[in-house]
Amino acid sequence: MDIEATSPPPAAPAIAAPRRFYRHRLPVRAMHWINVLCLTVLLMSGLNIFNAHPALYWGQVSTVKPWLSLRAVDTASGPVGRTQLGSYEFATTGVLGLSSVGGQPTARGFPSWATIPGPQWLAMARHWHLFFAWLFVVNGIAYVLYIIVSRHLARDLVPTGLELKNIGRSIVDHLKFKHPTGEAARRYNVLQSLTYLVVIFVLLPLVVLAGMAMSPRIDTVFTGWVGLLGGRQSARSLHFLAAMGLLLFVAIHVFEVIVAGVWNEIRSMVTGWYVLPAEHAKKEAQP
Amino acid sequence: MKTTYTLMRATQRGRRRFFRGAFATAGGAVLAGCDRLSNNEAFVDTLKSAQNLSHAAGKVVAPKRAMAQEFSQADVPASFRGNGTLDPMDADYQALRQANFAGYKLMVTGLVDKPLELGLDELRAMPSRTQITRHDCVEGWSCIGKWKGVQLGHVLDQARPLPQAKFVVFRCFDSMDGPTLDGHDSRYYESIDLDEAHHAQTILAYDLNDHPLPVINGAPIRCRVERQLGYKQAKYVRAIELVESFAQIRGGKGGYWEDEGYEWYGGI
Repeated sequence: MDIEATSPPPAAPAIAAPRRFYRHRLPVRAMHWINVLCLTVLLMSGLNIFNAHPALYWGQVSTVKPWLSLRAVDTASGPVGRTQLGSYEFATTGVLGLSSVGGQPTARGFPSWATIPGPQWLAMARHWHLFFAWLFVVNGIAYVLYIIVSRHLARDLVPTGLELKNIGRSIVDHLKFKHPTGEAARRYNVLQSLTYLVVIFVLLPLVVLAGMAMSPRIDTVFTGWVGLLGGRQSARSLHFLAAMGLLLFVAIHVFEVIVAGVWNEIRSMVTGWYVLPAEHAKKEAQP
Repeated sequence: MKTTYTLMRATQRGRRRFFRGAFATAGGAVLAGCDRLSNNEAFVDTLKSAQNLSHAAGKVVAPKRAMAQEFSQADVPASFRGNGTLDPMDADYQALRQANFAGYKLMVTGLVDKPLELGLDELRAMPSRTQITRHDCVEGWSCIGKWKGVQLGHVLDQARPLPQAKFVVFRCFDSMDGPTLDGHDSRYYESIDLDEAHHAQTILAYDLNDHPLPVINGAPIRCRVERQLGYKQAKYVRAIELVESFAQIRGGKGGYWEDEGYEWYGGI
């Protein structure tokens, strides 16, 4: 984008000209979009795999009551979808437990529009899942190495002491959907960087570790290590919950992108260039 | 495609219906694209190549002799879930079952120096191993059972595999598409490599939870391959055959479910 083209009208000379800066370097951009592809396929193929046994448990085995199950139940008025969460039960016909596949009510945990492949097909879902899991792990390792070596981690992702002290202010700003402008927009704000750190160093390793705990061969690396996650079925539950955590992150992330200026944000992740939003104070000075 | 599980039959009907429905919506276009890819052989082969990486990585991080976790008696529930074939209707199996498997002979054939025919008494007279392990099904469920049997490695040592033998193929009694009629053979089969066959926990089990193996769990003999998923643990084992390659056997993928699209390497 041309700087001149976005210059403020002469009627408001007090407003600083929007300035572009190179925010995301090529490796980060490339790895971001590889991650988008991987997480999308992993989530959707994972839901298809989940559907092969649509219930989750705590412990080593599934011979106990599940803490979550998505079932189809026959009633006098026909089959219904039922979601059980702990001791609660909800009717979720049409979405969870029972949903339409090609116009036909079908017993399945998650609906076909949320899964890869769409039809219930465990073998194929595993092929998708395990292929993209490798791509995701290789990409993730490359990313972590890159952010350490390039000092992106130390410089941009780890908040400063001052930022941490002002976290209350950042929370209030977020609740008001007020985004940093001017020079402040050069840096990730403190909530943003803390969220990224939790995703990169907690959720993503957890989803991988819990996934590996479901492999009978990887379980033998240190006999009994799966017990540290609570057992094999706990690992399956944690894998699911970490995936849901990532889904929640993506939902908030996309929401923030939209609120903060969707084209500017997307462009910065495609070309690297980001236009600093004009200062609030000066904007407010306008009639 | 031949499958026996009603769920999987319904799946195939649903699959066809799905294609009609998905194309109707714009949102479905991407999904339909994924589903088209799922039916593209070259693409699926690429996806499946990941199992070689998983197998290699598994061997690197978990050495050949690494043991699956064993549990205590307190972890053993009253019964063990049956899955897949629960009662083979095949005539030869039914006849053996009538006689409480008195006439059962486990055949050890193929690339061996000394083919064997072992009755249940002979198998029970061999040194035994008892292990309480967790069975993980590819579908996602798990249960714990106490297995007793003879190590497969012990049986193989007696048969003396020839140097060119690379895989152990388990031939089973149960026809997955119902009893064998017109020469169509849908009997279950599986295969593992020799490393897995000689692993300490790879046993030919004849007892489950201190009782002779129930029919639903694979009587009279089922294989336990503790570091792989449930479909690798062949039930109703009729014969063990040593081969150099399984490319010429049935669908050529090394097992009943492998021929239906599942990975040969069931360690992940």
